[in-house]
Amino acid sequence: MTSRETLGTEGVTLAYGTTAVVHDVTLSVGEGGVGLIGESGSGKTTLARALLGLLRPRSGTVRYGSRDLASLGRKGRAEFRRAVQPVFQDGSEALDPRMTAGASIAEALTTHHRMGRRERHDRVAELLGAVGLDPALAARRPHEMSGGQRQRVAIARALAVEPGMLVLDEPTSALDVTVQARILDLLERLTAERGLGHLLITHNLGVVGRLCGTSHVMFAGRVVESGPTGTVLARPAHPYTLALRDAVPRLGGEPPRASGRTEAAPAETGCPFRLRCPYAVDRCRDEAPAPRDLDGRRVTCHRAEEVLSGLAPVAGGERTGPGAPRQ
Amino acid sequence: MTAPGALAPQLRRTPLRRVAGLDRLALAGGVLLALIVLAALLAPWIAPYPDDGGSATHALDALLPPSGAHWFGTDQVGRDVLSRVLFGARTSLFIAVAVLAVSGVVGVALGVVAGYAGGWLQDVIMRVTDVFLAFPALLLSLALAVVLQPSVTTVIVAIAATWWPWYARLTASVAASVATRGFVDSARCLGVPAPLIVLRHVLPNSLTPVLVQLSLDGGGVILTAAALSYLGLGAHEPTPEWGLMVQQGQTLFTTDWWAVTFPGLAIVLTAFAFNVLGEGLRARLAR
Repeated sequence: MTSRETLGTEGVTLAYGTTAVVHDVTLSVGEGGVGLIGESGSGKTTLARALLGLLRPRSGTVRYGSRDLASLGRKGRAEFRRAVQPVFQDGSEALDPRMTAGASIAEALTTHHRMGRRERHDRVAELLGAVGLDPALAARRPHEMSGGQRQRVAIARALAVEPGMLVLDEPTSALDVTVQARILDLLERLTAERGLGHLLITHNLGVVGRLCGTSHVMFAGRVVESGPTGTVLARPAHPYTLALRDAVPRLGGEPPRASGRTEAAPAETGCPFRLRCPYAVDRCRDEAPAPRDLDGRRVTCHRAEEVLSGLAPVAGGERTGPGAPRQ
Repeated sequence: MTAPGALAPQLRRTPLRRVAGLDRLALAGGVLLALIVLAALLAPWIAPYPDDGGSATHALDALLPPSGAHWFGTDQVGRDVLSRVLFGARTSLFIAVAVLAVSGVVGVALGVVAGYAGGWLQDVIMRVTDVFLAFPALLLSLALAVVLQPSVTTVIVAIAATWWPWYARLTASVAASVATRGFVDSARCLGVPAPLIVLRHVLPNSLTPVLVQLSLDGGGVILTAAALSYLGLGAHEPTPEWGLMVQQGQTLFTTDWWAVTFPGLAIVLTAFAFNVLGEGLRARLAR
């Protein structure tokens, strides 16, 4: 077993070319689950790539234990690779289309350890069993398997190096609903059994509720609200969290409400969410909110109190244009 | 893709065509190419006058028109043109295979490294490639062929020198896109060393378009090789080479048409076979 170190970011800003997509994010993953919630384009996956050491931060540091990931030597890096493993959105992407499931898992086994043919074969079968697959599937290529099977193989591959932590980047969003539930069950069981820390990236709030004690909500590359998952989801203090929660369709419930007023792009000045925010007032345009602690979570919103109190949104200063409510 | 109407032709497909998934024309190209390869391999046994593949001369039989004894007639020194066309297939195919192998290996190796590594390494490799691409291919081949002694080897070196940059560029662009795929990230996260990632994951997943291009280019190489030999910069007497035979026979075209026509036809047919096969492969893989 590998040592269990904390993985986290400190004031990390990430950019592709000159476009920053993640701004000054600080979070950490130790034992237990941490959720990272946000819509597509909010920078979740980019942040995950930085945590996995696939993308260097423009500024800030990614920390593994007490060390900066960028300054790890050869040995430290190998240790980091063994300890932190990803599960990506789509098993058909994460597995080499030309390799059988067995070969993909064996590659993980032999990257850090020498291993005889016999032992390799046995470990592959064992890992496939652990993710609920028939060991005979080892001979199949990705296109000969279902989406759920591929994702299980990807999980088995991640487990092969006996990591202490998983970075789960939308691990179920490419799957059918019924398969999603089973993969979540599997992940829940595996992380509990093996005591794995995990960061779960998703746009699905229900998933976070099950697997994560702590959650961070991201909008436009910034963490806008973070705290215990129960607190954040039960009583959102940020209008974006509220919008996300109310947009979840429930069977037999009220039809979901649209998230925010429009799908307007993040604002360049002031609060980035203001163009979509029903609570927005003049202050939100003039002044970017700073993160502050409120009611057991950290939130970045001028009007968090109003959101928390459940008051209906009051007409703000920017009710014009296509986002204005219809009469 | 699976419109109801598309089912009928599928059912009519022969097993062979279903396996390869190629259209009729490409299949014809493949068969033709296979026959040419077979003829090249078996030349010493199927050529009616095997000695005429070399330096034999039969002054009394010079420039006989096609007949039962000499289907394609004879050339200026009395050699059987059919025999020389058959032996010429060996030279042409050898040149084609050697050029494609050398330029393919060099181009793919540089391309896959450039595509995966990105950054300054990619810049350096691609700029060198651009320099080679900036010369007109035939001109560069000509220059090289002039500097080196005219021979089959010279032809191979000269053409390979102008051919590899295309494979480098093609492979680099494919490899760069493969490098962004999830399985490459996944291998990096495992800590697989970069050279192994390139060999195990990037290279095998980048090869398909290169293989198509190689088969498309076979015809072009044969044409270029023939052109160099035609210009006296490649194969020389008594090597049986189609371009050389065309060059030697061209002045006789109005009186003794066979000496130039049959080797010319051989060039056309072989280039055609490579092209339709390559085109078919491309169409097949685009589906």
